[in-house]
Amino acid sequence: MSTLTQKDVKRIAELARLELTADELDLFTRQLGGILTYVEQINSLDTTGVPPTSHVLNRPVDRDDVLQPSLSREDLLGNAPDAAREAGLFKVPRVL
Amino acid sequence: MTATLLAKQIASGEATAVAVCEAHLERIIALEPKVSAFNTVTAERALDRARSLDDHQRTGKPLGPLHGVPVAIKDNMCTAGVPTTASSKILRGFVPPYSATVVERLEAAGAVMLGKTNLDEFAMGSSTENSALGATKNPWDLERTPGGSSGGSAAAVAGRMVPLALGSDTGGSIRQPAALCGIVGLKPTYGRVSRYGLMAFASSLDQIGPLTCSVADAALAFQVIGGHDGHDATSSTEAMPDLLAALTGEVKGLRIGVPKAFLGEGVDAPVLAAFDEAMKTLAARGATLVDIELPHAGYGIPVYYLIATAEASSNLARYDGVRYGHRTTIEKDDTLLTMYERSRDQGFGAEVKRRIMLGTYVLSAGYYDAYYLKAQQVRTLLRRDFEQVFASVDVVATPTTPTPAFKLGEKTSDPIQMYLNDIFTVSANLTGLPAISVPCGFSADRLPIGFQLTGRMFDEATLLRAADVYQRDTAFHTEAPLFS
Repeated sequence: MSTLTQKDVKRIAELARLELTADELDLFTRQLGGILTYVEQINSLDTTGVPPTSHVLNRPVDRDDVLQPSLSREDLLGNAPDAAREAGLFKVPRVL
Repeated sequence: MTATLLAKQIASGEATAVAVCEAHLERIIALEPKVSAFNTVTAERALDRARSLDDHQRTGKPLGPLHGVPVAIKDNMCTAGVPTTASSKILRGFVPPYSATVVERLEAAGAVMLGKTNLDEFAMGSSTENSALGATKNPWDLERTPGGSSGGSAAAVAGRMVPLALGSDTGGSIRQPAALCGIVGLKPTYGRVSRYGLMAFASSLDQIGPLTCSVADAALAFQVIGGHDGHDATSSTEAMPDLLAALTGEVKGLRIGVPKAFLGEGVDAPVLAAFDEAMKTLAARGATLVDIELPHAGYGIPVYYLIATAEASSNLARYDGVRYGHRTTIEKDDTLLTMYERSRDQGFGAEVKRRIMLGTYVLSAGYYDAYYLKAQQVRTLLRRDFEQVFASVDVVATPTTPTPAFKLGEKTSDPIQMYLNDIFTVSANLTGLPAISVPCGFSADRLPIGFQLTGRMFDEATLLRAADVYQRDTAFHTEAPLFS
């Protein structure tokens, strides 16, 4: 049985960049604990020496490093919530 | 009418692209208030395009294989100039500057897009109830879910609003709604269809495929969208066979593996009965049924929820309110971090947050080995199960889902009950194998039932051939829901 405390869940939310409400914190503490308990059934399997599968491809996915056509800066800024379009930049709150 | 037949009628001049487009738009207008399959209906764009296709035809130039055929696209695939939301608040108002490769290929083949279909937010769900735009209803029973996450695409095809729609399938999101809506759903081999322009959920599992009424239509659509694409690094360079030529009507000698032990618990009796009947139909055509075992298939759901959420937590990090999507109102003194955290909390729905949280946790220091690495090892065991089985059989058959469509709201409060819907479908994603769901009957209260065939890597041809033989002997796929 996996138990997660509110403190654990708060920490995960920080890592995930989610500002959870108090209600969400309650709900997820309960539900994530339940889901973890459920998935822990895989611990009953012996996987000693079994290599992990991260993907099922049997070939490399790299390509030659040559320039390809790409979208224009204007197109890319088109959906930005608060862009400095004339300067061609995304805008965010002050960092420093 | 099927896509195949529509394309034929338009090509022969019996119908025009505009007339076909108008008829399907009328059907959409009539049924949408009840079904809510679409997030956006692109009526004007579609009619313009149909007109130009008719003009093109008058010049006598060659026609694409889908010339004039109406299609719908799941709203997690980018369409240049047409809003693409993934049914999430975080992408409200997002208009992509480019189209997904699959959309370009459909349009190059002459298809006419009628709109974008609803889904569980970012394709995370099995009922389309996790949509920020409201749930889609099952055309066979409006109080029930069409399944998910490609529920809008499935409902649109089942309601005969379009003959063909695209979905994406990460754990069953094409096949499960296809089964629950009484239509065909194909998840091709991992890497067969370009994912360029598909909003990533779990990149080692995601695959795009068609939802249609007939297997022949699924083959036609797959032929058009499949094949290598340099824009997707995981796209396969394996040659695409001629899939229409593969539909020979012949399954003599085909060996079908049935994992009896795996079908034991939790499957509704009418589903099992319809499945058994479907196997008898194929056996009567000369296929051989073989008892097989998949000892690790029962672990598919826990493995899936560890791997899919881990990948999702990473993929969805891009929604940060900077380059696109929702940004919170910024107060004086708010930091960049506050902007990220608040924008994401406001923009994502509960299931998406739940999965991001779970994925972040299983990847975090101290838990990686116990959860994520362990799941990847069990994924290898599951792949080995199938490798062994495919040494002696050609396809593996199971029901697609344990039950027919459930009621809206029935499973929303219990994530694990919702996840268990995918017990028979997740294996194909974890192994990368192609799989198809085919309608094979109805429950006592007229809810569709489907069976699933899973094939060897890159052997969609055998799946389609067997499924097509089944449809030649049955009529379930020709039955449409009646709307009162």
